[in-house]
This record gives sequence, structure tokens and C-alpha cells, in this order.
Amino acid sequence: MVALIVNGTRQDIAVDPNQPLLWAIRENLKLTGTKFGCGIAQCGACTVHVDGVPVRSCSTPVAFAEGKQITTIEGIASPDGTLHALQQAWINNQVPQCGYCQSGQIMSAVALLETTPRPTDDDIDTAMRGNICRCGMYSRIRKAIKEAALTLPEPAPEAVDAEGEINE
Amino acid sequence: MNKWTRRGFITAGVLTGGALVVGVAIRPGHRAPKLAGMVTDEGETLVNTWVKIDADNLVTAIAPHSEMGQGAPTALTQMLADEMDADWDRVAFEEAPAHEDFANYALAREYLAGEATIPRFLDGTVDGVFLALSKRMEIQVTGGSTSIRLTGQRGMRIAGAAAREMIVKAAAKTWNVPARELRTERSHVFHDASGQSGRYADFAEEAARHTPPSQPKLKEAAEYQIMGKPKQRFDIPSKVDGTAKFGIDADLPGMKYAAVMGAPVIGSIIRSVDASAAEAMPGVIKVIHKHHFVAVVADGYWQAQQAIYALDATFDEGEAGTLNQEGVYDKFRAVMSEAVEAGTEKTDISVGNARKAARSAARVFEAEYQVPFLAHATMEPLNATVSIDREAGTAQIWTGSQNPLGTRNAVAEALGLKAGNVTVHNQFLGGGFGRRATPDFPVMAAEIAAECDFPVKMIWSREEDTQQDWYRLASVSRFKIGLDDDGMPVSWDQQYVDKHDPPEAAHPIYNLPNAFVHYIESDHHVRFGAWRSVDHTQHGFYIESAVDELAHEAGKDGYEYRRALLAGKPRHLAVLDAAAKAAGWGKTMPQGHGMGISIVESFGTICAQVVEVDMSSGAPRVTHVYAAADPGFVINPDGFTAQMESGVIYGLTAALYGEITLENGRVVQSNFHDYEMVRMDEAPEIHVTLINSGARLGGGGEPGTPPIAPALANAIFNATGTRLRSLPLANQPTGNV
Repeated sequence: MVALIVNGTRQDIAVDPNQPLLWAIRENLKLTGTKFGCGIAQCGACTVHVDGVPVRSCSTPVAFAEGKQITTIEGIASPDGTLHALQQAWINNQVPQCGYCQSGQIMSAVALLETTPRPTDDDIDTAMRGNICRCGMYSRIRKAIKEAALTLPEPAPEAVDAEGEINE
Repeated sequence: MNKWTRRGFITAGVLTGGALVVGVAIRPGHRAPKLAGMVTDEGETLVNTWVKIDADNLVTAIAPHSEMGQGAPTALTQMLADEMDADWDRVAFEEAPAHEDFANYALAREYLAGEATIPRFLDGTVDGVFLALSKRMEIQVTGGSTSIRLTGQRGMRIAGAAAREMIVKAAAKTWNVPARELRTERSHVFHDASGQSGRYADFAEEAARHTPPSQPKLKEAAEYQIMGKPKQRFDIPSKVDGTAKFGIDADLPGMKYAAVMGAPVIGSIIRSVDASAAEAMPGVIKVIHKHHFVAVVADGYWQAQQAIYALDATFDEGEAGTLNQEGVYDKFRAVMSEAVEAGTEKTDISVGNARKAARSAARVFEAEYQVPFLAHATMEPLNATVSIDREAGTAQIWTGSQNPLGTRNAVAEALGLKAGNVTVHNQFLGGGFGRRATPDFPVMAAEIAAECDFPVKMIWSREEDTQQDWYRLASVSRFKIGLDDDGMPVSWDQQYVDKHDPPEAAHPIYNLPNAFVHYIESDHHVRFGAWRSVDHTQHGFYIESAVDELAHEAGKDGYEYRRALLAGKPRHLAVLDAAAKAAGWGKTMPQGHGMGISIVESFGTICAQVVEVDMSSGAPRVTHVYAAADPGFVINPDGFTAQMESGVIYGLTAALYGEITLENGRVVQSNFHDYEMVRMDEAPEIHVTLINSGARLGGGGEPGTPPIAPALANAIFNATGTRLRSLPLANQPTGNV
């Protein structure tokens, strides 16, 4: 058995520890918001957070994530159902088309704003270039990230160290 | 026209009546009980097949189109709701079930109009012999940029207007007042003189007893309340929180998973399979060997896919197994030359006498262009989930399809079931671009499920998806253009490889006194598939590159040269002007930067694009794209703009990187590392100008794609002086900047 803590809930599942986390999330835990796109960490559709860090779950063994805090697209809204600022910005800017890549896009963007609350275009390029959108909605994604950033509280200057990381 | 009358569902009045009601089925619910049973629940009355009003006064539009990101369901609902005076806050959309009574005959009509033949990408989706004999098509396809301009214009608007008229008639009878004294607003009927008002739902049953109007009055553009306004798409909220259900998300009790390996040389046979290693792997339930594919069924998809890698197979490949990419192009060139020498060219169009006119031209421009095979690479790899009930003789399929009815029929045929016993539960499509119009993958899933005692979800790996596609075909085109002393064309001779759809794709939009456009047919084993804008992807690049070269040869500006060739075509000129104006055409560009322009008309929409490229690093970096489009009238401006943005990026990926090549008959590329996509850091700023000219409606999903490749090639020439005549462009050497 492997113990996975997904969106704050611990579940024990019987899987090969080498199996990619993606398939445990989708098939064992039935959380299908996380998508399969390429299987080799090239497209970002499977992006989830493990201890707050975005990872490509298609290429991350379940064993790596055991006991760590895993967050999926289903776990970023507030418990009362209020959407994350990025999700709301995604709707405001009508970002998704087919929508298949968008869970991964949003998870990469959430991770970006957590480390870089006021991202520059270069920051967005770097954080988001691992996520392919075949419908080509990149300019809307960029706009939505910037819009969401403005709705989040500005980090206090002393809380940001030289690398731009937020001190806990 | 009578051949379109089927079981009275498409009424003769509609078909032999005025042009406005072509192919629109408007029937009160009780005359189509079979349909009523499929789309109505308790308390709902089917006013006609395209709209229902439930007891809560919710208006639901029903149309045979799937959501693949293009937003057609929302725009279609706008069209219906506007004509109906429905309350936009209380409308919904439902995809019509896969049933022939919802068949998209409007699409079929469009293709069958005049001398045009059945589009080849639909072959195999329905019984071709049946089609050829009867010309009756049971197709239900989202493709060809048809949803709005055909289903919307000829179906939804008329259905909405008819429903409104029927409700007004019913209210007039109920209140015993003249219908002309009634007005409608936000799904309510009002009789101002008596102060009476009621919800549409209050009159639904009475309305269903009335004979529908055969030609309901449609609104003039000035009367539109909902059409032409940006509306948020219905599907988007579910696509930001993970709840949207795609085909791959289907989940059935007891379901197992299948991975597959198709014969690597498409069309060849798998002679033998040693599955002993695979069968011994954990979770593996069985290995299924069919003549053109092998499937592994396992407890989980990953286990199934791992077992696929452990298979040892041999193949009967024949000559196809020796074909390399250069051989494909060499053969094209040889056959093209032979055809001209032997006079066996297949004529596409012939105007005047191009060969004769060329003899008196001041000079002749000649050029040859080439484009490669392309895969669709939808984000969601192909998949289908199939459950078969042998006792009942029924099957159910969960998948994302551009062609649910073709899927139903093809699966029924594969399983030996009656078509009516197969149900397609169409899900969101994680990208379509033409790929999901071909039902090979649900058929494969059904063949696997037929050998199992449980439901099966089949998922193709990305590698399988890339290597077992129905491809945008590689092609070569040759031009011989006779020019007068001013460098303007007096004769136009254009040869290319393979004619598919749409039939007019190779026809230049320019005023040409003498034109001969002709083609040869290829005979390689790579299968043709409709790829976003189909043949326009090739001909847009050929023609718009050639015209740019002509302008340069004549010492003229590419924009002005096109204007001269489009004299007397105000729509084209307006679009060209709009793109040039938005881009600031002619402005001074920094060293190493260039601008290029192009204009392509496809699916009834004219689209011009100006590209700004930065070549200072030696490789193209597209910084800006200025697109202008005239689709006649834009139903949902934000949705149409998004389609233009999407078409540009889809086309830009192909222009920069897209290339599928063959080695020993096999597709070399396999995944996104060697079949590259434009990503965030390469995405240009895109500026879109929309023009409502009032012309007949054009499509939105595809017309943004064809102009980008030639505009970029022209911009690269502008920046570097190097003319690139083949795609893709990213890695070709260019001159000094």
C-alpha cells in the first residue's frame, strides 16, 4: 500500500510504487481533472503540486510523492467553493478552448504566483513554457495570470528575500 | 431536392419552399415522438427539434455539434435565443444525440451542391456505396467550419423564430386577442393593452399543437439583441476546476484499460506477436492480436502500456515499408513532370487559355513549393470507452467525436449490431482539428471490448497518436506565371499534388484573365485526414508565397500588388486594408526584423494577416500577428477572436516546426520532443480586427490558420532576402540580416 495525501485527504492505495503518480490520481483516486498528454513530461497537462512544487505527474513515480502534500486542480478552490483568483481570471478572460491542457496550465500558474506574486513577462515565459496549449491560448493565459496577480495581496517588501522568494 | 425528404422529418415544404428554410426540420413535439423521448424529460415539451422549453421556462437549444473548444454551442444558442427573444440568463445548450434525425444534412447539402462530391474525409464514416447510390447522407459532423454558417443560419435561427411565432400564436388563442398585439421579451409574452403576460413555458403545450410556420420571419441585423454581442461560453467554468468530462474521463464499474500498438507502417499487417513477456507482467489480463493492431488489456493503463513495450511483433509491410520521405517528394516531382509532358493533368479549374497566353507573356515566373505531412496532435490522446451488453445486443461508447453518428454506424458495423442499438455518449473533445471526425479509434476500442467480458477504456499513447494519424498530406506545387511588362500576371499555370477538400481550395482569389489549375494524385500509403482548414493549408502557402514573389519581381510592394489584383473585390480589399492598417504596414522596422502579408479566403471567410518577425538571432521569432477577418457577420465577437488567435497559433506551429517524415514507411516523429509545438515564450501578440460586411456567413474555426505560414515566409524574405519555398521554416538557413 502507498499512502497518498491528495488535497488534504490521506488515502491508501494498492499500486506499484513505480507507477506514475498521474495514473494513481486518475484511476485509483478518480480525480480526472489532471490529464494525460504525452507521458514524458513534455506537455504539462498532468501538472500537480507535490509539497507546493509543480511536477509532471506522468513522469513522477508514486513512491516519490508518498507522504507528501499533493495538490490537484480539484484542490485549489477555497473549501467554501470560492474559485482561486487564477480560476476566476481564466473565466473572465475566456481562456480555455478545448480546455484539456487547462488544469495543468492553472497548476503551473498557481505555483508561479506563489513564488512570484508579481510576475514579469519573462517570469511567465519561464514558468509556463512547459505547458503546451494546442488551441494556442497563450496570450489569454498571460493576460489572466497578470489579472489574477493584481487581485492577490501584494507581498510585504520585507517578506521577499533577494531571490524573490517569499519567506515563510 | 426531393431526395432530402426523409420520413417526412425534413418537410417537403421546407425543402421545396424558400431558400431560407433549407434542411430545417421544424416539427411540434408530438409529431416526432421518437425524438421527444430522447431529448425531453418530465414536464418538458418539445416545440421543435432544435429548441425545448421546460416547465421552469428554461430554453434549451439542441444542435448536432460537439464542443471541441471552438465555442460553437454557445454561438448557436445565441442565434436561437435572439430570434426567439429568449432570456439569455435562462438558456442552455444540449448536444443532439447521435441519431439520424439529427443528422447534419446542412453540411451534406453544402458539399453536394453543384458538382461537388462527397468529401473524402467522410468516406468510411458511413456506407460509401449507400451514399453514392442514394446521395442521402447520415452524417453528423462538426467540421468544415459549418456549425454557425449552416446549422446556425439555416437551423437555429429559423427554429428560434418559428418557436417564437408558435408561442405567440398559442398566447393569442389562449387570451383570445390578435397575435399582432403581442410582443415578446426575455422568454415572456406580453399583451400590453390588457396587461396580461405569461412565460413561454405557459404556452408550450398549446404551441406544440400548431402547425409551425414554414418561413418564420427572421430579424434584421439592426434588431439583434444577442447575436453580435460577446457572450461567455457555457463550457468554460467546468474547464477551470477539473470537472469538465472528456472522453478519457469516462468511468464505468468494472472497467479495465487497454493500450494499443498499430502496425507501424500504416495499412500493413501484423504477422506474428510474441506476447509471452507481456502476458507475464503484473496487471495484464489479456493480449489481443488483430490484423492491424495489438492491444493489451490490464487493470490499469500504465500497466497495459508497459506491456505493449514488451511485445515482440513481426509485420508484412510490402513496398510501403521501404518508402522514405525523399522518395515521396521525388515521386511527386516525377509524376508531375510526366503529367505535363503527357498532357494527363487533372483539371481543377481552367479560365481562358493559360498555356497560350503564356507564349505571349513578357516573361514567365517559375517556382516550386513544398509542404510536409502533418499530424493533428490534439492535446487529448485518442481514446474511447466501450461497454457491450451481449444479451441485449447493445453497445455504448463514451468518446469525444466530431462525428458521433459516423461513430455509431461504424461501431455497429464492426460489432455486427443494429445501428439503433449502439449509443454514443459524446464527451468534450480535447481538441479535434479534424482528427476526431474519423471513427477509427472508437471502432478499435469496440473490437477490443468485443473480446472482453467487461467494459474497456482504450487510450492511445502520444506516440501512437502521432504515428497512427490520418495526416495533412505532403504536397508539392509548381507555378508558371506569365507576366506583362508591368509584372502583372497574364497567365497562371499551377500544378499540385492531391485534391481533397474543400473543392475550391486551390482557386486563386485574384483577378486572373487566364488560369489553368491542375493536379496529380499520389499513391503512397499515408492516409489523408482533414486537418484544420484542409487543402487551404497547402494552397494558402503556395499561392500567397507566389504572389509575394511576383510583387518582388515587379518591384512592387506586396500589399499594393495584391490590392491591384483584387480590384473590384471590396470585401477582400477591406480585409487586406484592415490588416495592413492595424500593422502599420510600411513602417520602418528595426534591423533584422521584417513584415509579411497574406490573404486567404476559406470556408466563406476572408482572412488577411500581417506578421512581424525578428530574424536577428538567425531563427524566426514571430513578435506580432495582425489578423483581419470578414465572416459576413460575427455572432460572438470574443469567441470568433479566440478562434482567430487559435488558428494563428495552430498554423504557426505548423509553419515553424510541423513536419512528419517517413523512414522505411514509418512515421519518424513520436512525441512533443520531436514534433514541436509553439509554446508560451514563442507566442506572438495577436491583434484581431473583425469586419461585419453583411455578406453570407462564413466559418470561424479554420480560416485563421491558412494565412500565417505564407505571411511568415514573406516576412522572413522581407527581413533577410531569402525566399523559403518549403515548410517548416524554423531551421532553414537564411541570408544575413
